[in-house]
Amino acid sequence: MEQAELRKWEHKCIQEETPQCTAACPLHVDARTFCSLMGQRRWDKAWSVLARTLPLPGVLARLCDAPCRNECVRKDAGGGIEIGLLERFCADNAKPVPPPRPLPSRGKSTAVLGGDLAGLCATWELARRGFDVTLYCTTPGKDLLGLPQATLPEGVLERELENLAKLGAKIESDRAVDEALLNTALEEKDAVFLASDALAEALSDLGDPDELTLGTGRSGLFAAPRGETSPILKAAAGRRAANSMERFTQGVSLVANRELEGPYKTRLYTNIAGEEPAPPVIPDGGYNEVEARDEAKRCLQCECMECVKNCEYLKHFKSYPKVYVRQIYNNESIVMGTRQANTMINSCMLCGLCKEICPEDFPMAEVCLQARRTLVDTGTMPPSAHEFALRDMAFANGPKAALVRHAPGEDSSEYVFFPGCQLTASDPENVEAAYADLRKRLGKVGLMLLCCSAPAEWSGRQALMNEAMDDIKQQWKALGSPRIIVSCPTCLKTLRQGLPEAEVSSHWSLFRALGLPESAAGQNTSLAINDPCAARHDTVLLEDVRDLLEQLGVSVVEPKLSGQYTECCGYGGLLDSANPELGKAVRERRSKAAEEDFVTYCAMCRDMLAKTGKHALHFYDLLYPGRENAGARPSPGYSARRENRARLKEKLLADLWREAGQAEKAPFESVAVEFTETALQNMEERRILKGDVQKVLLQTQKTGKRFVHKETGHFLASHRPVIVTYWVEYEEKNGGFLVHNTWSHRMHVRGAGS
Amino acid sequence: MSVIKVPEADAAGWKCDTCNAELEQLPVELEYLDSLFNVELPVCPKCDMVLIPENLALGKMNQVEHLLEDK
Repeated sequence: MEQAELRKWEHKCIQEETPQCTAACPLHVDARTFCSLMGQRRWDKAWSVLARTLPLPGVLARLCDAPCRNECVRKDAGGGIEIGLLERFCADNAKPVPPPRPLPSRGKSTAVLGGDLAGLCATWELARRGFDVTLYCTTPGKDLLGLPQATLPEGVLERELENLAKLGAKIESDRAVDEALLNTALEEKDAVFLASDALAEALSDLGDPDELTLGTGRSGLFAAPRGETSPILKAAAGRRAANSMERFTQGVSLVANRELEGPYKTRLYTNIAGEEPAPPVIPDGGYNEVEARDEAKRCLQCECMECVKNCEYLKHFKSYPKVYVRQIYNNESIVMGTRQANTMINSCMLCGLCKEICPEDFPMAEVCLQARRTLVDTGTMPPSAHEFALRDMAFANGPKAALVRHAPGEDSSEYVFFPGCQLTASDPENVEAAYADLRKRLGKVGLMLLCCSAPAEWSGRQALMNEAMDDIKQQWKALGSPRIIVSCPTCLKTLRQGLPEAEVSSHWSLFRALGLPESAAGQNTSLAINDPCAARHDTVLLEDVRDLLEQLGVSVVEPKLSGQYTECCGYGGLLDSANPELGKAVRERRSKAAEEDFVTYCAMCRDMLAKTGKHALHFYDLLYPGRENAGARPSPGYSARRENRARLKEKLLADLWREAGQAEKAPFESVAVEFTETALQNMEERRILKGDVQKVLLQTQKTGKRFVHKETGHFLASHRPVIVTYWVEYEEKNGGFLVHNTWSHRMHVRGAGS
Repeated sequence: MSVIKVPEADAAGWKCDTCNAELEQLPVELEYLDSLFNVELPVCPKCDMVLIPENLALGKMNQVEHLLEDK
């Protein structure tokens, strides 16, 4: 990933954008943090948040007219937060803090003419920035003197004037602000701010000050907008003028990059759907502690997190895409040392939900897939992450399971059925039934039992993907380039992308065109539909299955996340291979998306849901019924999935093409073996296949090398067929083996050093 | 290279069936992704057959494999 790409991605994620209140505040007070602290009754801490940003905080916090309230996201769920009242409560109850420490002196002198709130604030801002500043006025805070005691208690203004002095500002009061004073100041000082309207007439030929810079027709003279009454806008004018004076004395542009100085529009999005409306706490007088806390607690603590809220994977790594993409960038930059983001990169389901939900379309899948490709290209992809899944893909495309034929008795194909390697692994009977149905209705329908190569794509192995797709293409061409009928949404998507020259049709569209099969049983039931993630953008497919369910009399329940917004079952992107624990959490989450039993049209979704104990039907179960309680059928284990594929091939060859037992058996396959319950469970968890165990047993039969346990009499043997070493604890029973336990490791034992 | 000792390398109860010999803790060379380790493991002193117990394979060894994979 190039740095420019990183910046582009980072910009897309809006989680760190400014909240609406802060963006709307002319002084950009961090009202969100302020409310959070107020909600915890940490008044002193909350005050320091205000004092960090507000000039003369004791005065301004009491006078703030809170324009943020109109932009507050809470306004649509009860009413905007009463920040003005909270500020006042905080000012009355928190311990005052000393003024901020000014920056080191810049050696530039400035003058402020006029002691109203704008003048006082400009003086504060200039002093803070390290300017030598003198305030000339008749009475400092003149426009505040008439305020009632309840608004501005006695002593508050005095204290802030003392703070101004502590900041190093000089106050020359009892000075008439006239043209003579202005001319002297402009001569002697580096920049001047005219705060009061006193000279308005005299300066009328200069016109209104510039909106952006507050500059006037006279070089070095900046002026407050005339007739401003809002205290917070007066303070903002003081700050804007100080910023301009800083730029002016530095000789830099007065206009560049000032878009975010005043109130601005922020991109931060906060979803309030599901937020209970809560009206503001409005006291008779001022707030008491409980009221202040309760009002502050109404603050939504605005953030986006839309994707994180809806994705177990994004939640699991405890951050959000902007941070993740940086971690991925850093991961790629590491030459020596640990790449901490490998697991995160390999755990994304690549399902695309985040992009659908994100107000800015941030695609975590795109970022992670690209990162996987880079890991593969640079030889740093952890070998264990996808090996098991890729071995499974190789098996599906290998001599035991792969089968490509014209229909029995035919020498050409108008169509070819591509059921996908997971349906053949999960439910070979229904593959048979669907194929028979297609032949019956369409005649010359060939068969392709192959993997569509999606696992290679998901693992970031583009070369392997292209190779596998080329193989499919060759075999499809050898059949005479028939129209391909596909039921698995992932195969559908992958084949349409990989074989653009082929006509790839969805089996579900075909059902809609041809009608339901005769065997389809009318249902009088409610089922929750589970759209596979590969169907997300296939509106035709989404419509087809719903229409077919309706034809069947099923009343369809849509989970909250459905259709375009469907969520992954935990298999997508090979999550289940790279991070089995998280895979489990993802499928558990999905299983809770509906009360009703699920119906889906992806074999993997069905099996993942079934693994959680949730009843889930494959759509074929409704079209080709014949199994009692099909929704409760457990997901076949890893070994059974392979056996299902191999047996299906053998059975179809025997039944349809009258070819028997042509697949040659490897010697290990003849080893007679049984397993205890514990052994079977461990094999599933540890991804050890029956064939792996048989290889160990065959090896120990040959070499006689094994350990024996002195108490149980169990034997223990190991073998390393390729990369992984398998250990098998077993006993010999009835001329065969009973396996009690099995484990594996990838570390290679080179030998004892004796 | 110093020899690493791991408490998980406990093979109590097992002996070499081939040689009918008790196992001894001896240094064994392990390799993964271009890294080499010398670890004291239960070994048959006669035929040098090494035993990797379940605890070790699924515990420490698995952790080290992951660490090395992320390098």
